[in-house]
Amino acid sequence: MSASPFLARLNEGRVLVADGATGTNLQKRGLPRGVAGELWVLEKPEEILRLHRDFIEAGADIVLTCTFGGTSVRLEHAGLSGQAEEINRKAVELARQAAKGTSTLVAASIGPTGQLLKPYGPLEEETAVASFASQAKTLTEAGADLLVIETQFDLGEAEAAIKGVRSASMLPLVCSFSFDRGTRTMMGVRPSQAGRQLEALGVDVVGINCGRSLDENFNALKELRAATTLPVWFKPNAGLPRLDDDGCPVYDVTPENMGFYACDWVNAGANVVGGCCGTSPEHLREIAKRVK
Amino acid sequence: MEPVIKEIFDSILEGSQKVTVVKVQEALDKGINPGVILNDGMVAAMAEVGRLFEEGEYFVPEMLIAARAMQNGLAVLKPHLASANVKSQGKVVAGTVKGDLHDIGKNLVCMMLEGAAFEIVDLGSDVTPEKFVEAIRTTGANVVCMSALLTTTMPNMKTTIEALKSAGLRDKVKVMVGGAPLTDQYAREIGADGYAPDASRAVALAKSLLA
Repeated sequence: MSASPFLARLNEGRVLVADGATGTNLQKRGLPRGVAGELWVLEKPEEILRLHRDFIEAGADIVLTCTFGGTSVRLEHAGLSGQAEEINRKAVELARQAAKGTSTLVAASIGPTGQLLKPYGPLEEETAVASFASQAKTLTEAGADLLVIETQFDLGEAEAAIKGVRSASMLPLVCSFSFDRGTRTMMGVRPSQAGRQLEALGVDVVGINCGRSLDENFNALKELRAATTLPVWFKPNAGLPRLDDDGCPVYDVTPENMGFYACDWVNAGANVVGGCCGTSPEHLREIAKRVK
Repeated sequence: MEPVIKEIFDSILEGSQKVTVVKVQEALDKGINPGVILNDGMVAAMAEVGRLFEEGEYFVPEMLIAARAMQNGLAVLKPHLASANVKSQGKVVAGTVKGDLHDIGKNLVCMMLEGAAFEIVDLGSDVTPEKFVEAIRTTGANVVCMSALLTTTMPNMKTTIEALKSAGLRDKVKVMVGGAPLTDQYAREIGADGYAPDASRAVALAKSLLA
């Protein structure tokens, strides 16, 4: 079996650029309020394709599929139960189609189930593992290059996700946490803890995405970097949003500023950089320009 | 303070469900006023849990375990509260707004409010404006708490407030909002009475709104 192009490029010591936000950009392009992005995989595939192409054109080496909410557990809550396989397969195909003729890699996104695991919530560990395994199986068979378990906040759920994914797929695996209370997750997990535990669980790359402000994410990055020898994935929000008169979020960090910060991320040891909520193709163009 | 009250307080803080239940029963058997057990033991403990959460000492797991111990103790205490003429702080209708299925934050708010001696009517998630209106009308609640995790669903808070106005109920309830994308400014703009950034501060807000 040939080595994966993702890990091969990282091993060469190259900094890779991952894409920007999916959700906030689709909303700007008309995704109605309260609707899961996954619905557009089925109903407006041309918009998903266009966003992937915009990111590739802006310099992304990696695009993430629109499957963040694609576990069966979560889709059921979004009114899309029974459609997990179709959505996940089609989302990978759309990203593959956008990447055609380029060296862009397709990373399949796997987000949290949206429920807390027992004993804190109603979700059984086996249900979670099975749901992650079946999503990973579809994403892998549909032709993803790597899998990204992202926006995690609970080590228990991350472990269930890794277990499920590893039972169904041999693809390179990234696991990324969101430190939504600054440098701790809502469950109290620290970047150093996440780094050590994820490394022990056998993922290929550890990461940070979403979270809160750029400063807080940068502190989390430094702590994570010190705790692991694995490559680090870093996709922070374009800062904390404020809300306009209609209550829509506005991200004040300019594309130029985001690009400026991205140099610091690389200097602090990030190996893959991109952006989460608020990161438009214009932001990503600046990031790519500065770090490549 | 009676030692058993302190033991109730400590057991909730440590999240020792079984100990809480035993100690509440012990306090009742000793003839201690149910209102004292509630306020000096349980409500005080949950206030301390809230403080520790705000300070970043406690996170969601510690808060959930403490709240569960409190709820179990409360189940033992409840039948005695009415006869001892202990009044609730207020009645709260709570729910995650239409289109939004995230209920982790809302559940925490309900638990902390219950821990502060409020009565809770939990409508769950994906709650339509009509359901909020109906629940407020039928229960006579004086507080409504709305939660949203998504920027895409938070405008439904405004829709719900408008539905309350049309139903002639806006003056009967205090409206509180919360959730990751929310801000104080947003709460003011949509005409809510207040915003709380976390479950602990939701309790302080509810109390100040009813004061």
